[in-house]
Amino acid sequence: MAVDKDTVAGIAKLARIKVDDAEQEALTKELSNILGWIDELGELDTEGVQPMTSVVEVQHSLRKDVIKDGDRQDDILKNAPESKQGYFVVPRVVE
Amino acid sequence: MADTPSRPTEMTLAQARDALANGELSSKELTQAHVQAVESARQLKAYITETPERASTMAEAADARRQKGESRGPLDGVPIAIKDLFCTKDVLTTAGSHVLDGFTPPYESTVTSKLWDAGAVMLGKTNLDEFAMGSSNETSYYGAAENPWRRQGDNRPLVPGGSSGGSASAVAARAALGATGTDTGGSIRQPAALTGITGLKPTYGRCSRFGIVAFASSLDQAGPMARTVRDCAILLGGMAGFDDNDGTSVDTPVPDYEAALTGDIRGLKVGIPKEYRVDGMPREIEELWQQGLDWLKDAGAEPVEISLPRTHYALPAYYIIAPAEASSNLARYDGVRFGLRETAGSSLDEMYEATRAAGFGDEVKRRVLIGTYVLSAGYYDAYYNKARKVRTLIAQDFAEAYKQCDVILAPTSPNAAFGVGELADDPIAMYLNDVFTVPASLAGLPALSVPAGLDASGLPLGLQLIGRAFDEETVLRAGEVMEKAANFTAEPAFVAGR
Repeated sequence: MAVDKDTVAGIAKLARIKVDDAEQEALTKELSNILGWIDELGELDTEGVQPMTSVVEVQHSLRKDVIKDGDRQDDILKNAPESKQGYFVVPRVVE
Repeated sequence: MADTPSRPTEMTLAQARDALANGELSSKELTQAHVQAVESARQLKAYITETPERASTMAEAADARRQKGESRGPLDGVPIAIKDLFCTKDVLTTAGSHVLDGFTPPYESTVTSKLWDAGAVMLGKTNLDEFAMGSSNETSYYGAAENPWRRQGDNRPLVPGGSSGGSASAVAARAALGATGTDTGGSIRQPAALTGITGLKPTYGRCSRFGIVAFASSLDQAGPMARTVRDCAILLGGMAGFDDNDGTSVDTPVPDYEAALTGDIRGLKVGIPKEYRVDGMPREIEELWQQGLDWLKDAGAEPVEISLPRTHYALPAYYIIAPAEASSNLARYDGVRFGLRETAGSSLDEMYEATRAAGFGDEVKRRVLIGTYVLSAGYYDAYYNKARKVRTLIAQDFAEAYKQCDVILAPTSPNAAFGVGELADDPIAMYLNDVFTVPASLAGLPALSVPAGLDASGLPLGLQLIGRAFDEETVLRAGEVMEKAANFTAEPAFVAGR
């Protein structure tokens, strides 16, 4: 199925990726091509087939719900572009 | 077995293991030779990060253990490379992406931590397609790794395949005895084939995914890349096993994979899927495939014509499922917790959008957008659920086939290595590189690529053996028989240290 430029802009918004006008143009073509190609799946009858949820048949086991790791605030903040007093810092959300 | 080469970088991993064990060589010497090889192979851009000091420390520790009679086994003191998709504690981990700028994980992936526990020595982190999305290594933010092979009489650079292209290139150029790779739709097997080395994608669940930067979680699987089947068997033994930290890893004993290499495949039923004879397959690949079957037949195996009727739909189904999972997995790159942050604009949303626009390359953006689209309201059933149903059918095809055969033989890739830039503008042509590898990925099955011959221009071609779930042993056993028959001794144009 072909997508139009507005659809591409809408998907980009959902995916939180800024896409400028020229890129939208190029992506509209590329995504339409890819989606056109995967439309081939429509030929295959999948009536009554269960969608795959797990690729290997294994018995899932239960484990105890206990804390095994934690108390590593410094580790967790170490890679943050900006942190302050033990928090990740982001642009102001609430005025 | 061939005579042990005098240059330690040209040994196989098994030969190096033996030389360490009988005291002919120390890990320090072996590692030093490899550190130099890594340096002299820099033109290939196989490594993103080199860790020579860590290698040296690890080698000394291995030698000290061995002297005290406390060797930890076959991998103790053996220098290897790690695909830069595995988190390594305090060592830069990039996933080949700008968005992970400066990320040094505070923890170690399970697979690498098992390898270090077994005494392996880290040479560095290898180049890859960004977030493992690609079949040529050209989508890496750090520049495309190069294939050490060249076409005869033509010095233009070729791609090593992808996404584990840096690992493949390093191993082929003798700048590592072995390497880890990851395979989502062919990312171990295709680069192995294109660089004339051996690579195994284990059964989904055989190796833990914990600490591997996620691409498509229902498909991603770590595996070994090395110059021989035996080397892959040894490495896999150090990587495989159940892990509490990965809910999809499977709690089943890890066999001695090397012991599976008995050379005896008498009576083994080898399936030849008729649907893999695709239109336009180069004649030399078709001939090599027949040759592979003849080798196995000569060793006592029995060919069986099989059918995997839904093969044609595997690739389009994969290009729904993998991007869908990727769009979800890559949501975490938001400029808040790690990596790049672009502060253009003033709102949180603008920060997200600017960070992801600057941090992701074109192919990653394409896949995240496709994934977002196929998961969005109104399309979820038509695309995502449809693809999951097709996946069920593809797995059923294999299950049916394994009622008649024990292992399946097919080409690994539809072509040899191609030129840098040759397919870069055509995403679908690039995707078609995975036409023979994706079906086994969707079915979660183990599959091995073995170098089997050269094409007319002198480039390596691989053959693939696909096994039953958790039957890596049969795949390796048949692979070793084929390897012996193929007697692949050709070498790339560039070999480190020569």
